[in-house]
Amino acid sequence: MSQIKAEHLSVGYGKKIVLSDLSFAADKGQVVTLIGPNGAGKSTILKTFIKQLAPLGGVAYVGEKSIARLSEKEMALQLSVVMTGRLKPELMTCREVVATGRYPYTGRLGILGKEDWLRVDEAMHMVHAMETADCYFQQISDGQKQRVMLARAICQDTQVLILDEPTSYLDIRYKLDIMESIRLLAKEKGRTVLMSLHELDLARMISDVILCVDGEKISKIGSPEEIFQGTVMETLYHIKERSYDPVTGAVYLERAKGAPQGFVIGGGGRSLALYSYLNRQRIPFVAGLLWEDDVAYSMAVATAGQCFSQKSGYPFPQEEIRRAKEAVDACLFCVSTKSGFGPLEEGNRIVYNYAKERNKLIDEEEVWQK
Amino acid sequence: MKRGLLSIGGLVLLLCLAVMAGIYLGSVRMSVLDVWNIVWHKGGADTAYHIVWDIRIPRVLAALLLGGGLSVSGFLLQTFFQNPIAGPYVLGISSGAKLTVALAMIVLLGRGLSISAFGMVVAAFVGAMLSMGFVLVLSFRVQNMSFLVVCGIMIGYICSAITDFLVTFAGDNNIVNLHNWSKGSFSGMSWETMPLMAGMIVLGVVFSFFLSKPISAYQLGETYARNMGVNIKGLRILLIVLSSLLSACVTAFAGPISFVGIAVPHLMKSLTKSARPLFLIPCCFLGGAVITILCDTVARLAFAPTELSISSVTAIFLVPVVITMMVKKQRGRL
Repeated sequence: MSQIKAEHLSVGYGKKIVLSDLSFAADKGQVVTLIGPNGAGKSTILKTFIKQLAPLGGVAYVGEKSIARLSEKEMALQLSVVMTGRLKPELMTCREVVATGRYPYTGRLGILGKEDWLRVDEAMHMVHAMETADCYFQQISDGQKQRVMLARAICQDTQVLILDEPTSYLDIRYKLDIMESIRLLAKEKGRTVLMSLHELDLARMISDVILCVDGEKISKIGSPEEIFQGTVMETLYHIKERSYDPVTGAVYLERAKGAPQGFVIGGGGRSLALYSYLNRQRIPFVAGLLWEDDVAYSMAVATAGQCFSQKSGYPFPQEEIRRAKEAVDACLFCVSTKSGFGPLEEGNRIVYNYAKERNKLIDEEEVWQK
Repeated sequence: MKRGLLSIGGLVLLLCLAVMAGIYLGSVRMSVLDVWNIVWHKGGADTAYHIVWDIRIPRVLAALLLGGGLSVSGFLLQTFFQNPIAGPYVLGISSGAKLTVALAMIVLLGRGLSISAFGMVVAAFVGAMLSMGFVLVLSFRVQNMSFLVVCGIMIGYICSAITDFLVTFAGDNNIVNLHNWSKGSFSGMSWETMPLMAGMIVLGVVFSFFLSKPISAYQLGETYARNMGVNIKGLRILLIVLSSLLSACVTAFAGPISFVGIAVPHLMKSLTKSARPLFLIPCCFLGGAVITILCDTVARLAFAPTELSISSVTAIFLVPVVITMMVKKQRGRL
């Protein structure tokens, strides 16, 4: 049974519809992530689920009931949230902030019992926020604050967690940390997480289902494997084709324009640094010869003026080698990333020797001075 | 937790001392023994008995109740606006109440009618709600707190100006009292109004105390409060009505009293080192009572037999507190 469900849901502010006809569902133990450009409406969807905004059509379900039929109390027991707004609670220690998660379980005056405090500490342990427990919330770093807010949501002990950009502004350590906590919640505790993320690499790592929100509707729903392929990201974010690499998740700056000045011979990991250096310095270059499954292939295609390539595992054809030689003639310098060439890389050896004969071959070290 | 309870204990002790000082000190000097005798054994000379029982004790009690109520009202407003410089005086709520009370008095007295204490409270409540309504409309349009406070101060000035105007041109001898009152004063408190005053204030404060839970949720902001199961709309309405009621009560009985509403909640936060309403609301009541009794005692004694208006005294003592707090806040933010 799904824990969160949207049926032809329209969301927006006031009477203005931002997104319409949304339909999706999240099951127990699933992490569902909304991605999409700024202002596309990811937060609007989340705000609708937490009843901050009224649905403008269709139905949103949390658990079995439509949210419209859930009272505030019932909602508090069904879902907990971590939103983006900066909190400025005066004079509250982190433990006190986390403890507010237990409010739905306390009596008239909101006094926590022993059991409640145990849950608070348990939640803080889970996100490694224990060392800040007695510090004032306003005095800790953004990353620590986010951990505390997550602990707050966790100790509310709800089936569903709604997180709005839980990793924004955090350094890589906290990003990973928060991701680990989310995975733990979903996979071991069976909670359902609906969140928005800007980091595509994280979304891909953690999500079971990804929803692409494009400002009008959900343009695509699927597993990370279905979403991160082809030109889905380029279309979603309105960016130039090939500036995002669905294989590695890397992003590339547009290639330098003009006649090529350098030739990076061979592929492999070492060429990545060269490509990125040359492109950064706005030095147009050509790359080759490399196979299409080379780690450097998509970057070469995206950032080199020209890329000589061949289907993986096949020797490079004569025609490609001839054109590569012409390119060597046109370039001012050549640099090789290989210390030797294998039997199928005959093409690269030929181009390498050709460059050497014409005195254009330079060391990698010399490139860094260009 | 411990600190909160200790603070409450300490404040109760201070309050006892302040009440004793308020009863003992006055422009007519009496020995401690005499006062003791009068309070506990109802003995002593007639004049002295009259001074203690009919003048000093009601006055101290009024300062206790109204000062406490005002501080709680300030705390509620600060919670509502999520800003530490909100208060009934700066937001113009006290002045609104003052204006309607003055109007009611002048209209009724002009026709030879008298106005009951309850009538005054009602009039003040109407005025407080009107000012509050105005401030609220502005606050929905402009989300900027300093703008809101400036508007509140402007509203306060307009209301005070109109009140002054009314008082000046009313010119009737009956309204001489009005002048003192419109500047804020605890003089002339009697036992007759005490039950109403005590009833209203105690009710307001106790009700506020039982809102501790939703208020502490609200301190994390609306989104989280809603997620904790708080009915936001209901809570906001309650906060507004309670804070207006408390400050209206104060204004009806003692006129506008400045800065107690802002400064006391802040002082109490520094004292308890916590923002938990469960402790803060009782502390605000007790602390507000102590400070108001002391300020009123100063107002009576500093230039006796001439009395200062209570607002002049509270301003002198509490404005530095407010400024220190604002400087600290600004530094903290940088």
